[in-house]
Amino acid sequence: MNGILKLAFKLLVNDKGKYAALLVGITFAVFLMVQMTSIFSGILTKASSTVINLGAQVWVMDPAVTNVASSIPLPTYVLDAVRSINGVKYAVPLYSGSALVKLENGVFQFVTVLGLDDNSLLGHPELIEGKIEDIYAENAFVAVQDTEISKLGNPRPGTEFEINDHRGVIVGLAKVSVSGLFGIPTLYTTYSRAIQYIPSTRFTIAYILVEPKSNDVIPSIQDQVRQLGYVALTKQGFMQKIADYYKYQTGLGTNILIMTVVSFLVGLSISGQTFYTFILENLEKFGALKAIGAKGNELVYMIFFQATFSAIIGYGLGVGLCAVVITLAKLRIPEYSANITFTTLAFALVMVLIIAGISSYIGIRKVLKIEPFDIFRS
Amino acid sequence: MRSEAAISANELTKWFGEGTLKTFAVREVSFQAYFGEILFIVGPSGSGKTTLLSMISGVLRPNVGSVAIEGVDIWQLAPDQLADFRLNKVGFVFQDYHLFPRLTTIENVAIPLILRKKNWEESIEEAARYLEIVGLKNKAELPPMKLSGGEQQRVALARALVSQPDLMIFDEPTASLDGDTGRRIMNFIKNNVLSDQRCILIVTHDNRIFEYADRIMKMEDGRIIGFDNGRSH
Repeated sequence: MNGILKLAFKLLVNDKGKYAALLVGITFAVFLMVQMTSIFSGILTKASSTVINLGAQVWVMDPAVTNVASSIPLPTYVLDAVRSINGVKYAVPLYSGSALVKLENGVFQFVTVLGLDDNSLLGHPELIEGKIEDIYAENAFVAVQDTEISKLGNPRPGTEFEINDHRGVIVGLAKVSVSGLFGIPTLYTTYSRAIQYIPSTRFTIAYILVEPKSNDVIPSIQDQVRQLGYVALTKQGFMQKIADYYKYQTGLGTNILIMTVVSFLVGLSISGQTFYTFILENLEKFGALKAIGAKGNELVYMIFFQATFSAIIGYGLGVGLCAVVITLAKLRIPEYSANITFTTLAFALVMVLIIAGISSYIGIRKVLKIEPFDIFRS
Repeated sequence: MRSEAAISANELTKWFGEGTLKTFAVREVSFQAYFGEILFIVGPSGSGKTTLLSMISGVLRPNVGSVAIEGVDIWQLAPDQLADFRLNKVGFVFQDYHLFPRLTTIENVAIPLILRKKNWEESIEEAARYLEIVGLKNKAELPPMKLSGGEQQRVALARALVSQPDLMIFDEPTASLDGDTGRRIMNFIKNNVLSDQRCILIVTHDNRIFEYADRIMKMEDGRIIGFDNGRSH
């Protein structure tokens, strides 16, 4: 390490009380910022669970659809029209709706029902019990084995229930990569059974799932679907649309943003104040360094290093603490929705560097102002 | 003492404030100090001693006049050059020492070398030699606050000496020391710090140490009012 940086390092870390206070402030701020944004990220992922789990490359929907749960039924001719678009390998309908089921013990429970295309079963989940072909059996449904399954009385293959006065039978248990946001159990069945068992509107296609011949033709498919008066979104595009809905149209994003800003301000005020006190206490010493022959840019370098070093260590501690808390929470609540993403980490890093920048700016201004002559006069 | 002037101050004038608040701290002060000489600057509080010392050492810019150190007009230097001048040519011992409490004694001594971009290990090694010179090698790893006032003074002295400056500046070196310790410090300065290649300026109120001066420059109201021979004082 360069001598001047080592000097700055020692001046910083040897003042254990101040250094600890500085780290606590930054760690706390990073923890809150990462926690807030991770929760938000987790919520957004869960909000897109159907899109992620079904995995279709292109989704055709009504332009007014804002999120996957509020689908607007599409006329059947749209399916035919999409199938005829050049570049479409195949296109299948998806039913998505909710229903009330009556369990064996007489309890009623809301469920989300996804009706997969009868021919292809495109987007079917991986079964951990039973075989997917059994979904063609009479009254067959596949239940998703997640934390919500207990609300269905932890069914096994063969478990029966009633759905809109129809008999339903669980033929398999599936696992999905992401469970839903609203804590409602999910059942998979075929499209035809779904529209037969569940009271429906005139049109029953919630989405059309499209498999393009190649990625290159997606823009042209989107263009032709637009001409039909509908929209075709890629998986990522649909997830982004859902994210935008939660961010900008529900108040959720604003609340998370406010809490993140508050976390930032808390961290900034704690670390800024502590760093400022640290500089004030050492102000005469910095003046002495100036008198001895330290140049202004060297002092700036030292202070900036001290602030950045504290910020980076605090960042590591904050992220570590957040990871521990999320891990512990997930051990206790497996469906706890919080994801630490690279975006979250990058965001927190930028924010913590801003904290370091502002803290060091305050200190640098003070140090650059001090005249070595003041040291003689003291 | 060599006849060559280490310091040549010419018509140095410094005032603070403007208009009705304008106050002269130093007025038209000219003098020379020589290599191998200990020059005391004495006078009552407010006589301009510290202001004069600051202008000579490149810390405070005069309003009028010039200071030449070894023939170089230091106030013609750019700010970074002036900082380099202070780092390489001037050793400061401040009245309150201004040691860093969070660094060890030896690290405090090494600071000027570190500022000269020497690497850490070399700086510490060299600082150890100077701590030995001031008799504090055994306290190298202690923080300065664990040392007595006299020891802290010696640490500050070692820090000033470590860059082997041509000009040593002491601001009230014995003000906070008892008589015996003050005399020991002055003996050390006289015997170990002073050399033919070095000029020492000491600002002091302490008449107990006047005997160590080669010359005493008396100031009052920002002006030089006379010189005395220290040893005959």
